[in-house]
Amino acid sequence: MPPDIEAIAEHVFTALADPTRRAILAALAAAGPATATDLAGRLPITRQAIAKHLALLAEAGLVTAEPGERRRVRYRLRSAPMQVAQQFLAALARDWDGPLSALQDHLGQSAGGPSTAA
Amino acid sequence: MPFPDRIERTVQIGRPPDQVWAALTTAEGLAAWFGNEATIELRPGGSARMRWTGGETAEMRVERVEEPRVFGFTWHIFGLPEDDPRRTYVEFTLEPSGSGTRLTVVESGFAQLPEDAYRKAYDGNTQGWASELGELVAYLDAA
Repeated sequence: MPPDIEAIAEHVFTALADPTRRAILAALAAAGPATATDLAGRLPITRQAIAKHLALLAEAGLVTAEPGERRRVRYRLRSAPMQVAQQFLAALARDWDGPLSALQDHLGQSAGGPSTAA
Repeated sequence: MPFPDRIERTVQIGRPPDQVWAALTTAEGLAAWFGNEATIELRPGGSARMRWTGGETAEMRVERVEEPRVFGFTWHIFGLPEDDPRRTYVEFTLEPSGSGTRLTVVESGFAQLPEDAYRKAYDGNTQGWASELGELVAYLDAA
């Protein structure tokens, strides 16, 4: 596994740690590519602040800039880094402790005696 | 920050391996502690399915059946979208221990990433829906 996978995940989690960037990414995910002006109209954030965060997100590879209508730059969410981060979350979300406790309980009860589980 | 690929747990169970084996590999056993309902075709390549009362389901493909020591299957990675092709491998190992069983479960493959996903994650030039929608438009225009 290339070490850069961690750098990718770190960019995603750093981006998501900020409420303004979360709002921007959520808006791009929900409604598709948008300009900084579009986003300023939809979110309670100044256009300047949005532009600053978009530049940071583009540098981290989480959004990509592309030419839009009337020569305005549109930003599009890049899903690939999110998929990398998802795998990290999937490992953390995988719960074996609950099912294994249930298995111990089941076998302790099914044979009529207490389990000697350590 | 290590990127976890593998989860491992070992528990001691006060029942002999054949009873633990039955709990892991029969529909009745699985439904009693893991899912709320289960079906299983116990052979390599066989399919198994669990369903919970909340409506969630898990589809498994049986990979290893070495009664009563090793049982392995692959399944979809919990938490990823339904159509995501990535799967993890789960392997239960049963070892006699005193009058009971030492049960180890290893789930691996969380950090797997298909080759094209690496490419996409680094490649700043993504196509995504723009090209897919373009293809749809081209297809409809040609019809």
